[in-house]
Amino acid sequence: MTVRKNKSLAARGSELTDTMIQLRILSGAERAALDLPTFEQKLEECGQYPLRPAELEIFQINIGKLCNQVCAHCHVDAGPDKKRENMDRPTLERCLEIIAAVPSIHTVDITGGAPELNPHFRWFVEEVCRLGKQVIDRCNLTVILSNKKYHDLPEFFARHGVTVVSSLPHYSRRRTDSQRGEGVFERSIRALQMLNEVGYGQPGTGLELNLVYNPTGAFLPGDQQSLEAEFKRQLERRYGVRFNHLYCLTNLPVSRFLEYLLETGNYEAYMEELVQAFNPAAVPNVMCRNTISVSWDGYLYDCDFNQMLDLKVAVPGKQHINDFDIEALKQRQIVLNRHCFGCTAGAGSSCGGQIA
Amino acid sequence: MSNDHYLKRDHLKKFGEITDFQEELGSKFFEYYNSVMDEGALTRREKALIALAVAHAQQCPYCIDAYTQACLKEGADEEQMMEAVHVAAAMKAGITLVFSVQMMEDVKKKTM
Ligand code: SF4
Ligand code: SF4
Repeated sequence: MTVRKNKSLAARGSELTDTMIQLRILSGAERAALDLPTFEQKLEECGQYPLRPAELEIFQINIGKLCNQVCAHCHVDAGPDKKRENMDRPTLERCLEIIAAVPSIHTVDITGGAPELNPHFRWFVEEVCRLGKQVIDRCNLTVILSNKKYHDLPEFFARHGVTVVSSLPHYSRRRTDSQRGEGVFERSIRALQMLNEVGYGQPGTGLELNLVYNPTGAFLPGDQQSLEAEFKRQLERRYGVRFNHLYCLTNLPVSRFLEYLLETGNYEAYMEELVQAFNPAAVPNVMCRNTISVSWDGYLYDCDFNQMLDLKVAVPGKQHINDFDIEALKQRQIVLNRHCFGCTAGAGSSCGGQIA
Repeated sequence: MSNDHYLKRDHLKKFGEITDFQEELGSKFFEYYNSVMDEGALTRREKALIALAVAHAQQCPYCIDAYTQACLKEGADEEQMMEAVHVAAAMKAGITLVFSVQMMEDVKKKTM
C-alpha cells in the first residue's frame, strides 16, 4: 500500500501532467525500458490493424475535470483544483447540434470529473432527453452528498430516466477508501441507498444503476459475472443496496494510475501482464469503435484515455466539434498506443465493462 | 550447485516450462489444475482463498505470491484473505494439539 496523495498531478506540479512524458514512458523511452511489442504489432499479428471505427453510437462528453474527489487511480487527473476545465454553454450547444444531426447516436455518455458540478449539467441532460437520446451519467456518488444543492440529484436522474453508472471499487470499506479517499465508502453507500429509494436498481422501475469495479491496485479484474454476483450478495446483505450490473474495468496506465505504477515499482510487471493477457477476441469490441469522446474545450478523441493523453482523432483539420464531419470520422484510423493493451487484456475492458 | 538456486522469484513464471521435460504429464497436470481452479460448485474466489490458505500451511512462497494476486483479482479483500490464513493456522494448531492425546495416553500408561 502507498500513502494516498490528496492532490492532482497538476496541483503537485508533477511532470506527468505533460502528456508527452507519459507517451515517452509508454514507448519505453523513459523511466523503464520495456521489452514489449507495440499494440499495433499485436493487432497486425492477428490481422486487425489498422483499427477502424464501426457505426458511431455513443457520444461521450467529458464536461469537466472538476471533482470533489481525488482518486489515486484517476486517469483524468481530476480534482477540486480543476476549476478552469469546465465545458461552457456554447460548446454544449454545439454538442447538442451534433447529437441531433447524427441519427446513429443513441446514447450520450456524460463523464468528468464529477459532471454534476458543471453549472450547465441539468440543462444539458434535459436537452439531450428532449432529443430522445439515452443519457448515461458517470456519477461518483459522493457528489450527491457533497452539498445540499445536489441532494435531489437522484430525483432529477429518475425524472429523466438517466442511466447512472457509478464507481464502487469494492464492497469493503478499506479497499474502496484506499483508492478513492478516506470516508468515500460510507458516503457512496449512503448515496446508493438514496438512489435505491427513488427506484434505481429496483426491479420493474426501468431505472438503471450500474456499478463500476476497477482493481484497487496493480492487478487485473477477475470474472465480471462472478464479481457481480458477489457484489450483489454483499451489498444487499450488509447495506440493503441493490444495483443492476457490475462493469469490470481494467485500469489503464495513464495519468495518476501510471504514476501509482511507477512509484510502487509495479509498472513493468503490470505492462507485461497486460500484454500477456492480450485477447484478439476483445479487439472488435473496444469502445473507440462505436464511441467518440469530446473534451471540455470541444476537441474530438477516439476515447477518454486518448483524450487524457492528448491524442486527438486522426482527421487533419477536423479535430474540433466546430469542424465535426461524420463522414471523415468514419474513414479515420484509430490512434493507438501501449495503453490500449488495457482494453484487450483478458475479457477486455470498456466503459460498459468486459467485452469478450 | 550453490544455494542461490533455491526459491527464485522468476521460477514461478517458468512453471509452465515443466512440460519441456515431460510434455504429456505436464500438460495433463495443467489441464487438471486449471479445471479445478475454474468456477464450479465453488466460485473462483472461494477456491483462490482455499489455495491461499494451503499456500500458507505449506509455506510455499510461489503459491503465496500467486494466490495473493489471484485473491485480489477475484475480488477478495484483506479481511477475507487474512481469515483464510487463520483457518490454515487454526488447522495447523489443531492438528498439532490433537496428537497430544496420544502423548497424554502414553504419559498415563507410563506413570503412576
Ligand atoms: S471520482 Fe472519478 S473523476 Fe473524480 S477523481 Fe475519482 S476517478 Fe477521477
Ligand atoms: S485506449 Fe482508447 S483507443 Fe486504445 S483501444 Fe482502448 S478505447 Fe481504443
